[in-house]
Amino acid sequence: MGILRQKFWTSSSSRPSSLSSIFIPAGIHEDHSTPHVFPFNSTGVSTRYSLQRFKSTQASNQLEQLYSTDDDDHDNSQALDFPGGKVTYIPEMRFLSESSGKRVPCYRVLNENGEIITGSDYEQLSEEVSVKIYSIMVSLQMMDTVFYEAQRQGRISFYLTSAGEEAINIASAAALSADDIILPQYREPGILLWRGFTIQEFANQCFGNKDDYGKGRQMPIHYGSKKHNFVTISSPIATQLPQAVGIAYSLKMDRKDACVVTYTGDGGTSEGDFHAALNFSAVTEAPVVFICRNNGWAISTHISEQFRSDGIVVRGRAYGIRSIRVDGNDVLAVYSAIHAAREMAISEQRPVLVEALSYRVGHHSTSDDSTKYRPVDEIVYWKMERNPVNRFRKWVERNGWWSEEKESELRNSVKKQLLQAIQVAEQTEKPPLEDLFSDVYDIRPPNLREQEKQLRETIYRHPQDYPSHVPL
Amino acid sequence: MTVRDALNSALDEEMSADPKVFLMGEEVGEYQGAYKISKGLLDKYGPERVLDTPITEAGFTGIGVGAAYHGLKPVIEFMTFNFSMQAIDHIINSAAKSNYMSAGQMSVPIVFRGPNGAAAGVGAQHSHCYASWYASCPGLKVLAPYSSEDARGLLKAAIRDPDPVVFLENELLYGETFPVSAEVLDSSFCVPIGKAKIEREGKDVTITAFSKMVGYALKAAEILAKEGISAEVINLRSIRPLDRDTINASVRKTNRLVTVEEGFPQHGVGAEICASVVEESFGYLDAPVERIAGADVPMPYAANLERLAVPQVEDIVRAAKRACYRSVPMAAAA
Repeated sequence: MGILRQKFWTSSSSRPSSLSSIFIPAGIHEDHSTPHVFPFNSTGVSTRYSLQRFKSTQASNQLEQLYSTDDDDHDNSQALDFPGGKVTYIPEMRFLSESSGKRVPCYRVLNENGEIITGSDYEQLSEEVSVKIYSIMVSLQMMDTVFYEAQRQGRISFYLTSAGEEAINIASAAALSADDIILPQYREPGILLWRGFTIQEFANQCFGNKDDYGKGRQMPIHYGSKKHNFVTISSPIATQLPQAVGIAYSLKMDRKDACVVTYTGDGGTSEGDFHAALNFSAVTEAPVVFICRNNGWAISTHISEQFRSDGIVVRGRAYGIRSIRVDGNDVLAVYSAIHAAREMAISEQRPVLVEALSYRVGHHSTSDDSTKYRPVDEIVYWKMERNPVNRFRKWVERNGWWSEEKESELRNSVKKQLLQAIQVAEQTEKPPLEDLFSDVYDIRPPNLREQEKQLRETIYRHPQDYPSHVPL
Repeated sequence: MTVRDALNSALDEEMSADPKVFLMGEEVGEYQGAYKISKGLLDKYGPERVLDTPITEAGFTGIGVGAAYHGLKPVIEFMTFNFSMQAIDHIINSAAKSNYMSAGQMSVPIVFRGPNGAAAGVGAQHSHCYASWYASCPGLKVLAPYSSEDARGLLKAAIRDPDPVVFLENELLYGETFPVSAEVLDSSFCVPIGKAKIEREGKDVTITAFSKMVGYALKAAEILAKEGISAEVINLRSIRPLDRDTINASVRKTNRLVTVEEGFPQHGVGAEICASVVEESFGYLDAPVERIAGADVPMPYAANLERLAVPQVEDIVRAAKRACYRSVPMAAAA
């Protein structure tokens, strides 16, 4: 695993990049309680005191190495100190181009036929893990279909699918440990499925019944489960990103062997919170993995209208964050990349950015009809020919770990579970009246106690106005 | 003890008692705090517990909320609450509502503090009062200390409270000195959240105020006493939850009410107090409720205009007299 990591961390300098050979300039003390001075060698420029925050911090020490090359040392008269380090002067006026010319390449392991591409770096998955990944991808697909239909039938008020992004969901979840804390956007229920959230639990949340862990407080698909380390989904976009950095900071203070993994879509990277989170995570050297699901569409906004950069991966460098672009529909590539990213985040205490390219096969949600703004054949193409579930199935079958009978057995079983879960969830009682007033504060304040009392009195006096199937 | 020292000592003691408490904000560390409230804390607790942040309110507020989700107890400082508007989504949607929306799975033991309201000659974007903004949101607690005793006790209570608390200080009060008893100086001293304090007892008219206006109300009460009007001054201390019981009990005693605040009048704190009193003590009122608030204009800069835009002691005196049916013209004399 160490080989995988070292091979894929490329630095901007031409010298060999090996973690063990990082040179820490003399004069930088390890003691984090005393301020130390950046080794500037200019005259007259004010020296800045930089406080070392944690003993594990290496990243800020490496800054000068990363930004200098052998050429700089030759001609000292052409370089001068600026806040932040030495910068070479040139007499030619050269603007950095808005694009590097070539797009950042995308890491991929399996081709569309489910065959390993020769020369791929990847982590071999066992039969057990592979079959589990595949089964859960199928379950997610089926759950999405059935719940979407339930909304169309008016049984739940809202739903959104993860169609086309099953590999991102499940493969990333599989590469993490149960202690890693997840801050999702909203298109990542596969992570919960992987971690053992049952179909009944999903249904309970969507129907907002008394068994919902959210006590019926949230719209459908806004799952949350403390015991699964899955922070409750929140509707405003990208707010989870700086929160993730905060949690990562907390883990860092506790020196835990875990990291935070947070997800956002391509649209979410336009939010101010994205900038703040990435910048902060780099400065505080927080162990967080940012996964951007670039699926091409933010409701009806195509990525060409969302940003003009080469996707999201290039933004990592702008913040001093290591980043990679990966084929989001390739289970093996996603698994290997996330596993490596997690290792880096924890052992080096640094943030990592992963851009997973994919396509949003479904509509944005049940409130959307995407055929109104994109061609139907584009959707069909990605659904049929670039389907991540089919692609992985081919690889699993080729290894002799899957068959047609196992497929129909799985699908029948999941379908039964789904239909039953919905039926049960629909018939389960709604949350009791008391849950209207609890959890606003830690201790219920007197005005709410009074309001509840008044409400109960009103119901007692006018029972015909209160729905009979809602418990008191 | 000055209010500044009161806040500093409260932060110091709470950080010493609980290693989960940490301070985060712009200039809180090396600079010792934009208003020197966090003086000495960086040296004492180190950069892990006192974090200087880049200029991104949305960023560090979100980060603080995230840290609170995971069990730390952040104290987030806004250089002034005017800048909290850049982070208000995280305060309302990520902090205030989280415990409810997650059904108790995610509590947010965070404190947002900083100077609020008018200072002196800082213009419209540095003088806005946010008491009524935050106090309208369920899930938040909103506190406004006046004296050093308030500052110490309420800040300690806020840090210990498991709910998100918005702590509205006042820049002009930082340097003011108030006498404090030995009890206040004790490290376990706390002021209960949700209880107002009767600063001065009286029987003719009730004057409610918070933060700097408490001082003005007390001065007004002195002046009124010389004219034979005995005013009862209530220091609200807590805007949400509002101590309606104390206010109503006082109005039932005096039968007249003047509410004082520096912020804008529409939908202000005074409006809520007025509604509460009308609902619960209507029969006891002998005069309409008088609301004294800041002028309904963005705060001007020129000193003479600023003085006219903010309530003065004379305004409170006049309002109290009107409530007592002493005929005084409505408009402020030039």
